[in-house]
Amino acid sequence: MKRYLLPLAVVVAMVCLLGAGLRLNPREVPSPLVGKPVPQFRLPTLAQPDTFISTQDLRGKVWVLNVWASWCTACRVEHPVLLDLAKTASVPLYGLNYKDNRAKALVWLGNFGDPYRQSLSDTDGLVGIDFGVYGVPETFVIDREGVIRLKLTGPVTPEAVRDTILPLIGKLGA
Amino acid sequence: MSVALFMAGAAAAQDKQAQPMAQDPALEARVMVIAEELRCLVCQNETIAASHADLAVDLRNQIRVKLRQGQSPGQIRDFMVQRYGDFVLYNPPLKPATVLLWAGPFVLLVLAALAMGAAIRARRRAGAGQPLSAEERLRARQLLGQDAPVHRKAAR
Repeated sequence: MKRYLLPLAVVVAMVCLLGAGLRLNPREVPSPLVGKPVPQFRLPTLAQPDTFISTQDLRGKVWVLNVWASWCTACRVEHPVLLDLAKTASVPLYGLNYKDNRAKALVWLGNFGDPYRQSLSDTDGLVGIDFGVYGVPETFVIDREGVIRLKLTGPVTPEAVRDTILPLIGKLGA
Repeated sequence: MSVALFMAGAAAAQDKQAQPMAQDPALEARVMVIAEELRCLVCQNETIAASHADLAVDLRNQIRVKLRQGQSPGQIRDFMVQRYGDFVLYNPPLKPATVLLWAGPFVLLVLAALAMGAAIRARRRAGAGQPLSAEERLRARQLLGQDAPVHRKAAR
């Protein structure tokens, strides 16, 4: 009987290790941008393509940036959560309209509601690359000093808003 | 005439965007050497060189633009790591967070070698490999038939 104990222990250890591995989400790549200054950008707004917003315009306030696109199905899932967030949060929510067609994006906002103070048109996706975007939707919280404090990949859930985003905004003093 | 104009127009339009591959095979080869080392973040088991994902195409364009600006492969790798982390590198640097990744296989190899050594020693102690006693020899001869030599293995 005793000779089976060691192999059994090894198998149990392997199962635990692999089981833990299965529960990890390989899509959640740790962002090196958290704790770093927000990338420099200057982009036209979706509503008025001749009006530009740059990094400097947003300094001195806490803001939330949500990367979205009309072609992104997961964005539709999180959209009601963002509409709620825009109502309850004390900070502005900006949108980064990533690699989208302006007309389609406007129709999309018309259909589902517009939670954004402004959406910025990142038509060629270069600002998205600077933000390390690899899976839309993504959401960032930026503090007064213009430092990225949080990055969420994938649809924002009500739990993430309640447990992560709102407490962080409170802590940042907005 | 109009064909020539059209072609000139097309060339100008292409110049504004990233140039297609065939125009500069040497540059394209350098782009691919760098892209081979980078992980596509959308389809994580592919390189940026192999992936058809939108982001991979964009990042290949970025590599192309930066090479044309005269940046070194090292600078371009840094650009990617600053945005996507060490995760984009198929050849991650050795640092505290990656020690397990680099040393793990060798640690496992040493552990396996120690376990094998222990198993062999235990087996020796248990008597395997000892010459047969007269009694065992007799029993073996009975099992194998009278003529079979049992003192040599594999003898016919």
